[in-house]
Amino acid sequence: MSRRHLAILTATVLAAASLIACGAGDESGEGGKTLTYWASNQGASLEADKEILQPELDKFEQQTGIKVNVEVVPWSDLLNRLLAAATTGQGPDVVNIGNTWSASLQATGALVEFDDATLDKVGGKDRFVPAALAAAGAADKPPAAVPLYSLAYALYYNKRAFADAGITAPPTTWEEMAEVGRKLTGDGKWGLAVEGANPSENAHHAFTFGQQYGGDWFDSAGQPTFDTPQNVAAVKRFIDLMAVDKIVNPSNAEYAQNQSVSDFANGKAAMLLWQAAGANLKSQGMAPDGYGVAPVPFPANPPAGGKQVNSMVAGINMAVFKHTGNLDGALEFVRFMTSDAEQVTLNKTYGSLPAVGTVAADPAFAAEEQKVLAQTLATSAAPLPQVPEESTFETLVGTAIKELFADAASGRPVTEDSVREKLTRAQQQMR
Amino acid sequence: MATTTPLAGTASGPPPATAGRPAGRPARQPRRSLLPYLLLAPAIVLELAIHVIPMLVGAWMSLLELTQFHIRDWSGAPFVGLDNYRVVLDVNTAAGADLLRSFRVTVVYTVLSVGLSWVLGTTAAVLLQRPFRGRAVLRALFLTPYALPVYTAVITWTFLFQRDTGLVNHVLVDQLNLLDEPPFWLIGDNSFVALLVVSIWRTWPFAFLCVMAGLQNIPDEFYEAAAMDGAGFWRRLRSVTLPMLRPVNLVLLLVLFLWTFNDFNTPYVLFGGSAPAEADLISLHIYRSSFQTWDFGSGSAMSVALLLFLLVVTAGYLLLTNRRRNDA
Repeated sequence: MSRRHLAILTATVLAAASLIACGAGDESGEGGKTLTYWASNQGASLEADKEILQPELDKFEQQTGIKVNVEVVPWSDLLNRLLAAATTGQGPDVVNIGNTWSASLQATGALVEFDDATLDKVGGKDRFVPAALAAAGAADKPPAAVPLYSLAYALYYNKRAFADAGITAPPTTWEEMAEVGRKLTGDGKWGLAVEGANPSENAHHAFTFGQQYGGDWFDSAGQPTFDTPQNVAAVKRFIDLMAVDKIVNPSNAEYAQNQSVSDFANGKAAMLLWQAAGANLKSQGMAPDGYGVAPVPFPANPPAGGKQVNSMVAGINMAVFKHTGNLDGALEFVRFMTSDAEQVTLNKTYGSLPAVGTVAADPAFAAEEQKVLAQTLATSAAPLPQVPEESTFETLVGTAIKELFADAASGRPVTEDSVREKLTRAQQQMR
Repeated sequence: MATTTPLAGTASGPPPATAGRPAGRPARQPRRSLLPYLLLAPAIVLELAIHVIPMLVGAWMSLLELTQFHIRDWSGAPFVGLDNYRVVLDVNTAAGADLLRSFRVTVVYTVLSVGLSWVLGTTAAVLLQRPFRGRAVLRALFLTPYALPVYTAVITWTFLFQRDTGLVNHVLVDQLNLLDEPPFWLIGDNSFVALLVVSIWRTWPFAFLCVMAGLQNIPDEFYEAAAMDGAGFWRRLRSVTLPMLRPVNLVLLLVLFLWTFNDFNTPYVLFGGSAPAEADLISLHIYRSSFQTWDFGSGSAMSVALLLFLLVVTAGYLLLTNRRRNDA
């Protein structure tokens, strides 16, 4: 073989090798002194999150010598990115996951399970708020993650709009919500803003409304029960806020990028159902004294079996991939992020609640918003069903509700039959 | 260039590989014949790695019950044979009915998008065929949508199509007073129209570019002869331009068909992961089945079925157009 041929062959082999190397993903290099961390987007932007997290990561490096490379991943990409990492065994060492995905991701077998011994390495089981830890994996298995930030839904209301309309207290029932909403609707302003085209948001409300109407989305065997009369009534109640009560701007049917929070912050809507909206509202120029926070309303006459549930147990968990080359370092990082000091710093910044009980009394969480969220989590929140199909439930039921909102916005009638038909169709797609 | 060495085997000189070789050294012949294969090797390796092997893996996945339980070690997923195909192709199941609806939407979308893009592109290219002041500027302007990054362009359209704050409704309702109420564009029936508009906006500049290139190859003599015979604009278009553009159009329409039928970027950026039923293109539908409902087996089955459909259509198209060419 001539030199030229040899050169061509060598170049080919090198090119192929470099391509293969490109696909190899991140490694925990430098003798186990580096970790890769995918953080979920909690703040006003990805960049803001990085600025919030970086000083804490630097602190961790100073304490342990372990450098953490953080990438903030938007919610729209996070599940796919996690799935790709789970499938390939390549990717970050530590990740944030939405707590509702815990059982789904646990079923992939890619996450480190936090049995008692592993929990001891991050401070012990008793540190964590029990309800938050319960939303970190399937009921019959050790958690697949530990809670990091705790959240709950609440009713945010514009104090000035309420005062101007002569309303003295936030509504406590859906009937009152409709009545108050009608007083606040008019002149281009609306009583309530919803995120109608966001499947996850819709699914969260479907769960809470479902609980209030005595419905469950899965039976005890983990089989879907989407189209029960209770769930149909619950979803119809939610859609009726736009379709019948007319207190929601039909345009909300195309909201999927937190426009409802902007509408509330800008005074276009007087009420909002959201989880820990304070930090987001502040970034949009709405001062904390401009709004009040109250528990999510409830039916005035709940049907038989209706539960006094005002919110799902919402929150962000922290998980470790089994493929990490530095398990001890990853657990050390989890321990650091769930330490008392970091829990106060980060949750205070994000307006969320600590996932550990030891700092619950810190003054950082004494604001009205945090008190309502904490009270809700303590007394009237329930975890979404921790079944492997949970993420599929969010997609299918959330999308069905998105279509129902589109019908309502377009003036098409939303009836019990049309709701049932959508939910039945969603259930049939569960395999 | 004057200093360039003549290429071996060109008409300008004898092929040195054979004629220039001294007698008694035939062993060099097989070595030299290796060169083309060596040169092809990188392309073949990459083609295998990027297309053929993933395609075969996808076909294998379509025979597995591949859910989140098995995704990590997917090769160990239960083998279910053709069950995934039975489910997704049975129109009596929810999955099959949804796939059929999505397929219909995609067919109508493709026909309209490709057809209208071709008409627009051809019209613009023909009108810009003759030189006039400002032609270069117009050409550059027309090609802008093709040059813009897809995400940037389509996300801008989502802002334009917002019901309350979008420019489209502002023009239609507030400025032109064509409508009393601002309609929805990103949900409901109109979502298909919005999708089509964005698709055509993105696609027609490519048709324009190809047809413009094709027009350059039509000799002026043909038009001069037609003019001598008294042919007007329409007659010249029908009898000279379109027949001479046929080879370009055959390839152009096929490429546009394949691109548009598989279009993922436009609906994904315009509507997010879950498009309205009226605009649920098949590529997005497959994505949702695979990556949002964690059923990669069914997603792969749909992908393979789609691939077979496109292969059949493409083969039919090529056979038909070849036969016509041979008959001509």
